[in-house]
Amino acid sequence: MSDSILVMRDIDKAFAGVPALRKACLDLRAGEVHALMGENGAGKSTLMKILTGIYYRDAGTIILGGQPVVFLNPREAQDAGIVIVHQELNLMPHLSVAQNIYIGRERMRGKIIDDRQMILDARKLFQHLNIDINPASTMSDLTVGRQQMCEIAKAISTDARIIVFDEPTAALTESEVNELFKIIGELRRKDIGIIYISHRMDEIKRITDRVTVMRDGEYVGTVDSASSSKDDIVKMMVGRVVYEEPKTKSSVPPDAPVVLRVEGLKAGRMVKDVSFSLHRGEILGVAGLMGAGRTEMARAIFGADRRDAGTIYVNNQKVNIRSPKDAVAAGISYLSEDRKRYGVMVEMDVTENTTLPTLSNFQTGIFINNAKERASVREYISRLSIKTPSERQQVRKLSGGNQQKIVIAKWLIRDSQILIFDEPTRGIDVGAKAEIYELMNRLVRQGKSIVMISSELSEILRMSDRILVMCEGRKTAEISIDVANQEDIMHAAMLRE
Amino acid sequence: MSRNLTQQPAPATRLKRLFSNQRTVALLALVFLFVFFCLAGNNFATYTTFVSILDSSYYIGFLAIGTTFIIITGGIDLSSGTVMVCCALISGTLIKMGYPVWPSLALCIVLGGVFGSLNGFMVAVMGLPAFIATLGTMMISRGLGSIITATASVTFPQRRTPEGAFRNIFKILSADTPTGGYPTGFILFIILAIIFGIILGKTRPGRYIMSLGSNKEATRLSGIDTVRWEMLAYIIGGLFAGLAGLSYAATYSTVLPGTGNGFELDAIAGTVIGGTSLSGGLGSISGTIIGVFIMSVLKTGLPFVGLQPHYQLLFTGIVLVIAVFVDVLNRRRQRT
Repeated sequence: MSDSILVMRDIDKAFAGVPALRKACLDLRAGEVHALMGENGAGKSTLMKILTGIYYRDAGTIILGGQPVVFLNPREAQDAGIVIVHQELNLMPHLSVAQNIYIGRERMRGKIIDDRQMILDARKLFQHLNIDINPASTMSDLTVGRQQMCEIAKAISTDARIIVFDEPTAALTESEVNELFKIIGELRRKDIGIIYISHRMDEIKRITDRVTVMRDGEYVGTVDSASSSKDDIVKMMVGRVVYEEPKTKSSVPPDAPVVLRVEGLKAGRMVKDVSFSLHRGEILGVAGLMGAGRTEMARAIFGADRRDAGTIYVNNQKVNIRSPKDAVAAGISYLSEDRKRYGVMVEMDVTENTTLPTLSNFQTGIFINNAKERASVREYISRLSIKTPSERQQVRKLSGGNQQKIVIAKWLIRDSQILIFDEPTRGIDVGAKAEIYELMNRLVRQGKSIVMISSELSEILRMSDRILVMCEGRKTAEISIDVANQEDIMHAAMLRE
Repeated sequence: MSRNLTQQPAPATRLKRLFSNQRTVALLALVFLFVFFCLAGNNFATYTTFVSILDSSYYIGFLAIGTTFIIITGGIDLSSGTVMVCCALISGTLIKMGYPVWPSLALCIVLGGVFGSLNGFMVAVMGLPAFIATLGTMMISRGLGSIITATASVTFPQRRTPEGAFRNIFKILSADTPTGGYPTGFILFIILAIIFGIILGKTRPGRYIMSLGSNKEATRLSGIDTVRWEMLAYIIGGLFAGLAGLSYAATYSTVLPGTGNGFELDAIAGTVIGGTSLSGGLGSISGTIIGVFIMSVLKTGLPFVGLQPHYQLLFTGIVLVIAVFVDVLNRRRQRT
């Protein structure tokens, strides 16, 4: 292909003898937004790390602008015009926006850093991209979305020819996503090649030109975004069809008892007034935009944060939850939305992570009975089909989906009756997602009850028996699944006082 | 990639993994040093020398067991050295004032526990950074020791007297024993190390302390009372500082107010050489024992090859940096 600015061909890479990439390929044109898709562990990040000089390939060729290239370190890749905007932003929160953008390339006046010049340059850069941010403001004062825009501006200021976006919208609000897409459109007009990694199908259709799919470290194929359906792409990714059909009828019998009742919950600035009840065997979906206070509500119920007002009843008994310990004792468990920070101990093994809340069940005398502990964990590994070489594997080495299953297994061993799942499928690939949905359905059939917080409307509509919508710390709607539709939910999610 | 994980690693990589374990490297270094001194040193391989190695290891060893628990929570204890001396001073002053010997000695350990609780309260409940909280306790305990003794040194009962019988806990020395005596303090150290090694590896408190060091918030959200277990780590640290004070008094008879600074750093160095990570969540008592022994072998062995004992500091420093660098390399490799 003559107009390709980047061709990666037959790239191999193995770690300690375990192949991560086998003959992986990618072809990028100027002015194209090219989606790179695949389940977690499919090799997308490894391929991108080879492109940006973080890893060195074992075999294969990289041709940039017609010339074969070799990058020994990230600096060389940057000098060749390849930059990556990471999911986790690499910014110095205490420095100003301009200082962040020109870090390592400070504008100088003699031996003195010329901050004024950097602010002027940054302002020009922002105008160029139609971004409205004051370059003099401190980075930590900006929202995550705006910080990301600074990162993009920084990438462009280095005269990048190729920009890699690694799940850029994961932490953005709806309006920030729109702004981001506008900027990506600008970049495309400037003939910059864009590689776009995302799990969100609707985005792929909306902004990308072509899609390359990878599976198990191998190249599956490249298709035009416009002419392929969502199912086509998903099929390429998993090798099987995943149906995402919304639920139409509640599966909870009308006389199901209430297991959890929350009245007049107030906590901090984010939760102003929430009341709801959860029935036995029900999945209560909690919808809302970023910053609606959903996570804060869950944390307050679970005792992770202080509750300023409100009463919680479990099985019609008033409970006084003042710490996660009290909540766990009352049969409530919480699956955090930020798995790495709040979910797993990455240095510890699968067993140690899984039995943490139930350790007293695995004691013989004062000692932990490792054999008993491991036997039980092995059972849950197979029951939840967790992909791990053994129950003694360090959790760091597992994929996101499997880590999530370990957190779920932790609460299943505890036999909690009320499960609060906060974004249970965030950052998880399509295949593992379907498994988690299936698992949730199985749990409610067994009589457990789930509060599911989710930012994906399709997930809310697919899983919930009833939907609670929040906006700015208040409940703005409660909709039965029989009548629920995306429009009503979105309307309620934006119903400000 | 997850599918490939199920493959067993090749023997070569397993061997490589073994060598990338910091504790193994420390053990090899210990064996190497020991063999080196045996071959190169004049008269190194004698009973007296071995006893002297064991003697110079246990009070730092006691401190280091406690410090290991604290460092595993992700904290640090800068106060153990001065707390150790302060406890010994208070206990010795009481004996001098005529209080019964054994309860006064027991008080030495209890006081250590009190200082430990103070550290634990400041870190776990008040939320102070461990560095600052224990720096405060370091100054408080050092000042308190000087105030109580009016800066006069305290001498413990001599071995010959009936009150001096407690010294037998740490060393049996009489006309019937070989030169150097029996190092009972070392035996006590090993017994306690085994008990606390088991507590750390095999019981709930140990698992919770490891877990909160690895990820405190995730541990709390698992329904674990992290405040309580973090405090426990500091209390264990304090109790061992008290015990170290007792053994220090038994070995050196005279304790001077205003001393003690620096022992905590030896304990931290021993702990870290043995593979306990300063960022928490990783570590072992067995590693700490190895680390402590590396330091005492160096200290005892260097004069035998014609170097003054203060060369120990220089070499310990080098060993410390190398040991931790192995760990850093190892982590860097894991991440990529």
